[in-house]
Amino acid sequence: METPAAHGKKSDVKPAKLGREVQARLGQQLRAMYDDVLNQGVPDRFADLIKRLDANGNKDKQ
Amino acid sequence: MAMDDTVRNSILAAVPSLRAFAISLCGNVDRADDLVQETMLRAIANIDSFQPGTNMSAWLFTILRNHFRSEYRKRRREVEDSDGHYADSLKSQPEQHGHIEFAEFRKALGFLPADQREALILVGASGFSYEEAANICGCAVGTIKSRVNRARTRLAEMLNVNGADDFGPDEQTRAVMAGGGE
Repeated sequence: METPAAHGKKSDVKPAKLGREVQARLGQQLRAMYDDVLNQGVPDRFADLIKRLDANGNKDKQ
Repeated sequence: MAMDDTVRNSILAAVPSLRAFAISLCGNVDRADDLVQETMLRAIANIDSFQPGTNMSAWLFTILRNHFRSEYRKRRREVEDSDGHYADSLKSQPEQHGHIEFAEFRKALGFLPADQREALILVGASGFSYEEAANICGCAVGTIKSRVNRARTRLAEMLNVNGADDFGPDEQTRAVMAGGGE
């Protein structure tokens, strides 16, 4: 038995497609913004937080 | 509960990318850092629900994303954080890079609907696959794909880049020179 869906071809109507250059450029800007933060590493605030949580954890254990 | 070394190191190692994600989502460093801190606390409190061997980073991103979404809904009710205010707050940030283009990009990203913004960042910057991004956002892979496409199209519209000419070598040279000169 054939299902009607098997025949249903996806419509060929494409949304306005961005040029490859535009996509690449947007991607570059997004990455530049993102990498800028990545390169800041781990601020002290978070290293301290982990240390504090660790110390609490060890206290609980004893 | 004592923290397992592996868990602690994995969480700490994920901090830079969690911050990058959070800042891209909300456009505000202080708020982003609060989101990251809350994410770490929730992760540690719920570490039992993490399945060893699965992707810790994706798990942390999911926590951050869900927390951001619920905060966002709350904030909208509390302060009517209109897009205008949001854009102003971005404008007042110091331009560390000297690239006007860069600031405009951030602003345009802030104007995207939240679901399109998160999809674009996860796939386009965080390096997750469509499948992973769909898991993080709790939606279908096809939904992520169409959100990413719509996000790109809207960004291109807002930034007025419709063809290669807009980003020609002249533009880039000018941006670099403007950045270097000041």
